[in-house]
Amino acid sequence: MSTRITTYLNTQREAAPLAVFRVFFGVLMFASIVRFWSYGWIKKFYIDPSFHFTFYGFEWVKPLGDYTYLLFAICALSSLFVMVGFKYRWSIIIFFVSFTYIELMDKTMYLNHYYFISMLSFLMIFLPAGAYFSIDAITLSRKRNTTPPQFIPAWTIDSIKLLLGIVYVYAGLAKLNSDWLFKAMPLKIWLPSKFDIPLIGNLMGEEWVQYAFSWFGAGYDLFIPFFLLYKKTRPYAFVMVIIFHVLTRVLFPIGMFPYVMIVSALIFFDAAFHKKIIYAFAKALKYPTALLKTSKQYVPSSAISKKYAVAVVVIFFVIQILLPWRYLAYPGELFWTEEGYRFSWRVMLMEKSGYAQFKIVDGVTGRRFYVDNADFLTPLQEKQMSFQPDFILEYAHYLRDHFESQGHQEVQVYVESYVALNGRLSTTYIDPEVNLAEIEDSFKHKTWVIPFTDEIKGL
Amino acid sequence: MKRIFGILAISLFIYACGGDDTTVSTDDTDTVTPVTFDRSAMLTNWADNIIIPGYQDFVAKVNTLEAQVASFTDTPNDLTAVRAAWLDAYTTWQRVSMFEVGPAETVNLRLNVNIYPANVATIEDNITAGSYNLDLSSNRAAKGFPAIDYLLYGLGEDDAAILAIYNGTNGDAYKQYLLDITADMKTLSTTVFNEWEGDYKETFVANDGASATASTDRFVNDYIFYFEKHLRAGKMGIPGGVFSGSVEPNNIEALYAGGISKDLFIVGLNATQDFFNGKAYNSSAQGESLASYLDELNAIKDGADLSEIINSQFDVSRTVVSALGNFEQELAINPPTNFLNAYDEVQRLVPLLKVDMVSAMSISIDFADADGD
Repeated sequence: MSTRITTYLNTQREAAPLAVFRVFFGVLMFASIVRFWSYGWIKKFYIDPSFHFTFYGFEWVKPLGDYTYLLFAICALSSLFVMVGFKYRWSIIIFFVSFTYIELMDKTMYLNHYYFISMLSFLMIFLPAGAYFSIDAITLSRKRNTTPPQFIPAWTIDSIKLLLGIVYVYAGLAKLNSDWLFKAMPLKIWLPSKFDIPLIGNLMGEEWVQYAFSWFGAGYDLFIPFFLLYKKTRPYAFVMVIIFHVLTRVLFPIGMFPYVMIVSALIFFDAAFHKKIIYAFAKALKYPTALLKTSKQYVPSSAISKKYAVAVVVIFFVIQILLPWRYLAYPGELFWTEEGYRFSWRVMLMEKSGYAQFKIVDGVTGRRFYVDNADFLTPLQEKQMSFQPDFILEYAHYLRDHFESQGHQEVQVYVESYVALNGRLSTTYIDPEVNLAEIEDSFKHKTWVIPFTDEIKGL
Repeated sequence: MKRIFGILAISLFIYACGGDDTTVSTDDTDTVTPVTFDRSAMLTNWADNIIIPGYQDFVAKVNTLEAQVASFTDTPNDLTAVRAAWLDAYTTWQRVSMFEVGPAETVNLRLNVNIYPANVATIEDNITAGSYNLDLSSNRAAKGFPAIDYLLYGLGEDDAAILAIYNGTNGDAYKQYLLDITADMKTLSTTVFNEWEGDYKETFVANDGASATASTDRFVNDYIFYFEKHLRAGKMGIPGGVFSGSVEPNNIEALYAGGISKDLFIVGLNATQDFFNGKAYNSSAQGESLASYLDELNAIKDGADLSEIINSQFDVSRTVVSALGNFEQELAINPPTNFLNAYDEVQRLVPLLKVDMVSAMSISIDFADADGD
């Protein structure tokens, strides 16, 4: 066994696939940030709001006022450096740190695909993606009279495939529930409103279409990594990848995610395919072809760093594989309590919306009044807050502190809230009798969430 | 290989063409009978049978008010007729206030005709100065129905005292101000009505898609906003001290006339329910509506029809509010328990509209153009 592992770890492959992946990753990340900036979203989501929802343990990560633009600029610049492979390791570290910092600034903006980018860029720190077809390779060949590598360890390419596989398979497993499969929820709600899409709009109201989409989506997520791995089915699988993600792009406002996934899926193709791309690029850019055919193997700067990289990547994947199951440690319905919902590749899985009205009571005078959420939150923040307990609690604490600073004493905070999930009638969400000002946030089960009145079977 | 490149090229092409959050508008081709709810039929019903007749009636009432103000300022010796015309116009306003979309939104109709309480100091300053620009936003609380309320009911202890002011040394300035703010209302409401009669109706009905900027989505957002902020909070919540912790009886509607704010609330509540059901203005005919849309979507929840649940909550709210004394009497009780209980029933409608209805229709509330997952 151990010899097999050692053999695998020493197996060498063409560096082209990882280099192509790096270039596309850089391009798409740069495009994402430019797009985000051009929509005025930096100002709208990170500078204008007076209050931001934080992640547990990362309360110190806050927007930086006008310097937030600088943060985005650094992130964009590092993505360009990653693209051309200039000081690759530093660039990807800076990209990972700046991008993750951006994502941690406000929980309102959490999306699975941002989390995916964070995780992917972390993984890429430990991969020699900048060794081939890069400015670093040119510099290396010039400065030290050495030749850059043409081959890299197989595991460095396979680890990207593994991460993509995890994302897909877990997204598929999450869909194996009674709402998704036997009620066609939430697609039954989402699709009919897409009636004005050209060609297929009229079909969107058909019940069989909603079921077909649900089942097809679940099947696609569960099996696509395997069809991509298997050489004979690979081209067809890639066509499916494109169709699937373009369709989601047409139906839902999911930004850059479809393109990231389409381009990422290319990693499954043979080196020959990637070499074609690189040679075409090299010709256009007058990149010295000699540097592409060196027959050299990639050598880590030291044996320690090699071991270290493998160890980190192994630990990383153990966490990735275990983390989505943490919801099992909590009682109650996951979709309702959302305890363990994030960081688990549960994408486009439920139609959930809520309404939360906070009541403030002055513990000394007994004076009571309601809060107009628009005074403190943006519409998007209010929307996210109204159906997620950790948001509700953090906001309640913010209100407590705000009104105490205004001179109220022993402020108590209660919330009257209703949440509707996947087409069920809205029901009371948080126990209206619980004073949220006294509740401490933790990873413990939140007993003040009123249990779900229905049942969703499944994983 | 070539095939994959071709596919990649096509997909990138689609990407290049597909700008974000744009909906492609297609011509109305006669395809198979759509299995989806016909939004344009609903928009047509709203425009033709509810909104336009509503504005037409409102403009007529404002014109009557203008005539009555003219004859009152001519010979200010009896307030009865002008007050009746004001009340009639004000009552009708409650039925069109929710349509703050398109033309009304452009001219900010609601902010220009019904900010209460009226700013008495600004009104008096304007009258003293004798010159004022009613288009300034700083004068919004010094015109419209609340300002007329003050000028017809609040200038003195009793009718004799009020009439004395119009017949006094400064009477001409008061008369002129009354004429001017009435003319201002007429201009604004006529503008809005004419726009609907003109091109806007077609624009409104043609925009029958499903996107954040489509008529249905925008109108539903505005409708819910009206219900929550103006009807529920403005007419009941704020005076009841729901948001401040202490009763604010001076913030009721029609403060100086007195005794009618509850009636105005009921008219507004009925108007929002009639709109929900697609009931034609001043008639019992019903057309496509939010209620029929929900029925079409099969929004059956807990074995009950969502449109029925919403309607019965409307009915409960009306019953409970109707059972109250007038708002002045209720707010004089400390704490105004019955009033607040009635408010709670009205409040129950908010999550039903804002969560259940919107979620069933897949309409994004307070649309924020961010990416989803």
